[in-house]
Amino acid sequence: MLRIECPWCGVRNEDEFSYGGDATLERPSDDDSIEAWSRFVHTRKNPAGKHTEHWQHVNGCRAWIVVERNTLTHEIYSTAPASPILPAGKKSTRGLNT
Amino acid sequence: MTQQFRTAAGGLIDRSRPITFQFDGKTYQGFHGDTLASALIANGQHLIARSFKYHRPRGFMTAGSEDPNAIVQLRTGSRKEPNTRATTIELFDGLEANSQNRWPSLAFDAMAINNVFSPLLSAGFYYKTFMWPVSFWTSVYEVFIRKAAGLGVAATEADPDHYEQCHEHCDLLIAGAGPAGIAAALAAAATGARVVIADEHPLIGGSLNSERLTIDGKSGVEWAAEQMEILSKMDNVRVMTRTTVFGYYDHNTMAAIEKVNDHVAIPAAGQVRQRMWTIYPKRVVIAAGATERPLTFGNNDKPGIMLASAVRTYINQYGVKPGTRAIVTTNNNDAYRTAFDLHNAGVQVLAVVDSRPNPDEHLAAQLAAISIRLITGKTVGSAEGRQHVAYVQLVSTDGHTSDPERIDCDLIASSGGWNPNVHLHSQSGAKPVYEDSIASFIPGISRQDESSVGAAKGSFHLQDCLDQGHAAGVDAAKMAGFKVKPKAKKVATAKDEGTYAIEALWVSPTPHNKSYKQFIDQQNDVKVSDVELAAQEGYDSVELLKRYTTQGMATDQGKTSNVNALAVLAGQRGDPVPEVGTTTFRPPYVPVALGVFAGHTVGNDFMPIRRTAIHDWNVKNNAVFIEAGLWLRARYYPQKVGDTLDDCYIRETNNTRGNVALVDVTTLGKIDIQGPDAPEFLNRLYINNWLKLPVGRARYGAMLREDGMAFDDGTTSHLSENHFFMTTTTANAAPVLSHMEYYHQTVWPELDVVFCSVTEQWTGIAIAGPNSRKLLEKVLDIDISNEAFPFMAVGECKMNNITGRLFRISFSGELAYELNVPADFGEQAWTELLEAGKEMNVSSYGTEALGTMRIEKGHVAGSELDGRTTVKDLGLEGMANRNKHFIGKHNSQRPGLLEEGRLQVVGFKSLESGRNLRIGAHLVDDSIKLDSVSQSQGHITTTTYSPSLGCGIALGLLKDGASRHGQQIDAVFPLDDEKVRVEICHPVFIDPKGELVRA
Repeated sequence: MLRIECPWCGVRNEDEFSYGGDATLERPSDDDSIEAWSRFVHTRKNPAGKHTEHWQHVNGCRAWIVVERNTLTHEIYSTAPASPILPAGKKSTRGLNT
Repeated sequence: MTQQFRTAAGGLIDRSRPITFQFDGKTYQGFHGDTLASALIANGQHLIARSFKYHRPRGFMTAGSEDPNAIVQLRTGSRKEPNTRATTIELFDGLEANSQNRWPSLAFDAMAINNVFSPLLSAGFYYKTFMWPVSFWTSVYEVFIRKAAGLGVAATEADPDHYEQCHEHCDLLIAGAGPAGIAAALAAAATGARVVIADEHPLIGGSLNSERLTIDGKSGVEWAAEQMEILSKMDNVRVMTRTTVFGYYDHNTMAAIEKVNDHVAIPAAGQVRQRMWTIYPKRVVIAAGATERPLTFGNNDKPGIMLASAVRTYINQYGVKPGTRAIVTTNNNDAYRTAFDLHNAGVQVLAVVDSRPNPDEHLAAQLAAISIRLITGKTVGSAEGRQHVAYVQLVSTDGHTSDPERIDCDLIASSGGWNPNVHLHSQSGAKPVYEDSIASFIPGISRQDESSVGAAKGSFHLQDCLDQGHAAGVDAAKMAGFKVKPKAKKVATAKDEGTYAIEALWVSPTPHNKSYKQFIDQQNDVKVSDVELAAQEGYDSVELLKRYTTQGMATDQGKTSNVNALAVLAGQRGDPVPEVGTTTFRPPYVPVALGVFAGHTVGNDFMPIRRTAIHDWNVKNNAVFIEAGLWLRARYYPQKVGDTLDDCYIRETNNTRGNVALVDVTTLGKIDIQGPDAPEFLNRLYINNWLKLPVGRARYGAMLREDGMAFDDGTTSHLSENHFFMTTTTANAAPVLSHMEYYHQTVWPELDVVFCSVTEQWTGIAIAGPNSRKLLEKVLDIDISNEAFPFMAVGECKMNNITGRLFRISFSGELAYELNVPADFGEQAWTELLEAGKEMNVSSYGTEALGTMRIEKGHVAGSELDGRTTVKDLGLEGMANRNKHFIGKHNSQRPGLLEEGRLQVVGFKSLESGRNLRIGAHLVDDSIKLDSVSQSQGHITTTTYSPSLGCGIALGLLKDGASRHGQQIDAVFPLDDEKVRVEICHPVFIDPKGELVRA
């Protein structure tokens, strides 16, 4: 069971969240090619180690958040709101193991 | 005479409370405080089970949850429980237990013939023997193996007991309440930290209850009881007895099983039998103690051979004598205690056999003082006797085996050393490391917030346990932010018990070097020779060995055997033990019943049930329900006894198409969207255009996923400036909301729009049929003539005292409206509509008629929106506006999605009178017998009998279907050998021009 710190609600169980995939991808623009759009949807790195990913606090405040997680150890380094313009949203760097 | 093996006095049993119980049909007596094992030993019953493979007689090897042999079938009827350990079952009045894996009886077991044929049953024999022919796998081999290798029989009736799940948060969780755990709890609790301490036994104290130890001048038993008293009175401490911490998961999430009522015959009314705890501690102290391992010698599995520490537990804690003439065999100092305790209890100790040539002088002197013979440099080479040990043969550890000394005895107390319980540490992701000084594994570097203390860390000295526990408790409190006062309570002081020393002895020589069965894993009958054979055959890594020989894979998880097996493997490879490594321990530490994982989520409580505001009316009116996700929806409404599903939905469909009827459509997802950028937001979500939808109008929209596949469809209405109202399909209500939140929060945060789900807040009622306007005109306050309120009009309205919203939309293909009212008025609106329509014979209809009419009208739904279809495949491509950006726009144009040969939505009519079609039927050309999916040209997705057309119809996905209207094809269902000739047609079966909905 992962324990994920929602920037709004605090540390919560993994089963309150749903996984939303790689958060580092940049969405192409309407002018970009079909190939670029296809890569955006289908091409993924599979890092062994630190991964920056989207999660949604779906059974909580419903915020989408960015989680830095180690795919090998499940250590979570930080969590932050996904929205760049949501208010306050201090980035949490409190490790869950400390 | 009963209980002839009780000591004269002593033990933690209550001799004033006798208990009557049964084993294998025979009645025995024990005392309150006994386990099933101790009570049977008190009665001289040592034979408890037959072994798994060879059906050899087995007795009690240990006195705890690590026992490999003493597994019995407990209770009867619906509470029957196989494979429970007699060594952990607390005795209760009326307990019934039976031995398992034997026939016809425990003393005479016909399957013991396996013991004679054991050379055929060596490591990997399943893989070697049960190979050919393939047809024998299920018909012969499996039947044979299942019969021969059964381990008890599960109950066939439903479990009548209740189980529950609880969560607990704390600063410190201590696993194990022996001296180290207690010291940790006292130290941490004194600071105010919130402490949970759990122990699998009914009493706290651990080894203090089974040894004769002294702390602070008191007996260990007394001291433990006093600390229990102190701890249980503290508000910040929860002492959990009968609770085993069995799992260590990510982020310090711990699981524990509390056996609340396993020690009584039947739980009292309203009580649970077991409770599952998920515990979230900031820090974990593992004070789980250590497990003794046996020495490995010939016939070391005979009843009467016990771990030296188990013998002490039976004597000291339970007041029973496991034998009358004992041999103690050891390679370490600890087992000498057994000789002293046996002597103290009046059991004759014939010899202490120490494999070391130069044992501890102090201990030797103590033995001499009570005239117990000490034999050094020798060990037990074999045990002999039929169903119990009768004598041993001693051999020299230097390899001199030709003149074994015989000693007659009925008890062998064996100790091969102690293994710290590193299970939880390993489960936390850390790697135990080998420690030469104790010839075993100790915890390595921590990976989570845990530390091990005391015997679990490899420290077997009582004062060390108390000191380490205290220090760990102080540290945990500090880390959790509590202040430790300088005058913190002093650590308890233990009376010195001498030191622990060991010289590893992994396998004993055998008398005359003859071949003997030397068991390592007694539960799975794995012998030294099996490990050697596996290594010879190339299975010489520990993970392979485990799988090939099944070493450590029984229900005891090799607690007493894994280190011994590892050492034998190391010897075979010629490597030191640490180079062979150790296996990873996995939860659960002890077997956990499945019922407690399920907890209360069984039967109707498996998932939450969502009910609409019309639900109670539906129940009163005999609706038959169907599950739609979590929702319960009315499927059809029988009107009289004997009404079938077909009777009902045909009647309901006919009344809709010919008159007027109501259906509850509350379950559609509803999302309220507000803000100046709402039109732009919708414009990007949907493939069609939303910028110019006027106030007071609804529009049908389709949305794609980012990969270009069709995602969902529904109508969205423009209620007022900056205010929209979206509907989704029932199934996609939650995913669509998440999808919108994702784009709003991460991709387009600049859009000034807010939205939330209002599915539960509004009751939706569809009023459909040619007379629907006439009905609504009677009750609504607004003009709903075709001119004032045309197709796709939206407006606020009042029905008596209820303010609602009216939408002129149609899913049935008839003139129809959808009325939304606040959920609190849902049932009132529904009954008032029915009342108003009584004179025109209005009726209700369920999802079955709803589905029939949607198929007749050719509306695609979940079965066609299967994640593999594009809007082109669905015939909705004309809606897409490619002059704007929308989600999935580019990916929907990938070449593979535009090619010919894709499956496209079409309709089908059965050409065979009276024969309906089957969902999942494959579409194949004439005269082809379908034997490969590659011959399939598509499949039927949804079917019904059409009351309007008078034949079976269907929607389906067919290769290039849009261009094949009018052709014929076979719909085949090979599972039932069915074939129906169908005509391919346009998916809209009725009113293709949509004149009815606009009437």
